[in-house]
Amino acid sequence: MDIEIVKVGMADLKSAQHPCMLTTLGLGSCVGVALYDSTTKIVGLAHVMLPSSEQAKNNSNRAKFADTAIVQLVEDMIKLGARKDRITAKLAGGAQMFTFSQGSDLMRIGYRNVVASKEKLRELNIPIISEDTGGNYGRTIEIYSDDGRLIVKTIGSGTKQL
Amino acid sequence: MTISFDELNSIQMDVLREIGNIGAGNAVTSLAKMIDKKVDMAVPEVKIMGFDKVSQILGGEEMIVVGILLSVTGDLTGNMMFILDNYAARQLVNILLGSNSTSLQFDEMELSALKEIGNILTGSYLNALAGLTNLKILPSIPELAIDMAGAILSVPAIEFGKVGDSVLYIETEFSEGITKVFGDFLLIPDVDSYEVLLKALGVIE
Repeated sequence: MDIEIVKVGMADLKSAQHPCMLTTLGLGSCVGVALYDSTTKIVGLAHVMLPSSEQAKNNSNRAKFADTAIVQLVEDMIKLGARKDRITAKLAGGAQMFTFSQGSDLMRIGYRNVVASKEKLRELNIPIISEDTGGNYGRTIEIYSDDGRLIVKTIGSGTKQL
Repeated sequence: MTISFDELNSIQMDVLREIGNIGAGNAVTSLAKMIDKKVDMAVPEVKIMGFDKVSQILGGEEMIVVGILLSVTGDLTGNMMFILDNYAARQLVNILLGSNSTSLQFDEMELSALKEIGNILTGSYLNALAGLTNLKILPSIPELAIDMAGAILSVPAIEFGKVGDSVLYIETEFSEGITKVFGDFLLIPDVDSYEVLLKALGVIE
């Protein structure tokens, strides 16, 4: 079966109907938030860069921030026919790519992105089924609409299925 | 006042381009001294681009690259990154260590050589910037990571993301003999440092 492959860029989000695969390549400190409604098989994927739109001086791009991106993604999925109470989440990314001895703000951003994403999901009552976050390596992720599986690929740390 | 690359005028842009030229030129001169060979450099290309285009730098998100990152303190605060693809990194290490390996894995000695290359290139870039602006710019010891380009570039992209929706990078192509090496410099000033930088350069009041 031919499935539509939709690429999600940095600070970007996409949702789509079955059959499709959403992918984002080379996640580092950014977090990939993959949402799935198993009944309608509608999928959504956000590539989040920063934890909060509230601290930002320029927050016009809603896909950039964990708080606004997740809300937007859920809205987009509902428009396609998903139901909010059926949506579940999987998370990947939020790595610390460089290990600085001084723990500057730059270095904790991956962790903060993960925390902020989880907070927003909890607030929206969206359960997190699984996650592959942290570490010091990049990830390419793919979410498939047929069963909502999330494939996580890395350079030196193997491939995982969430 | 917050300045982002999204709203720079053309004069400010030209000045940033010129900084890039001088910085990268200085860096390549240092490299030539380090390896005691003549190194040619093409005029660096300075680009300001949206996040969606960022990962196309160096041939795609999943291309394996070497990223060297250091933080900057002093009058100007922020970060600086030098990034080059794995193949180019191998060429540079070979030139520096006088070896002819084709492996894309690096041993400890080679990693330390790469860090030193990054240290010298970014250090001389920043020296040129400090000289131009009369600002005190103190670089930290560099950190190195080898991974997918998208993942490495997420680090500077996030910093740029705090102020706007685009990044500034300088692509430098240099060669020693027939060996061509491409590398990118990313200067990532903290939010408040854009103003400091542009003021020091006399582009804003």
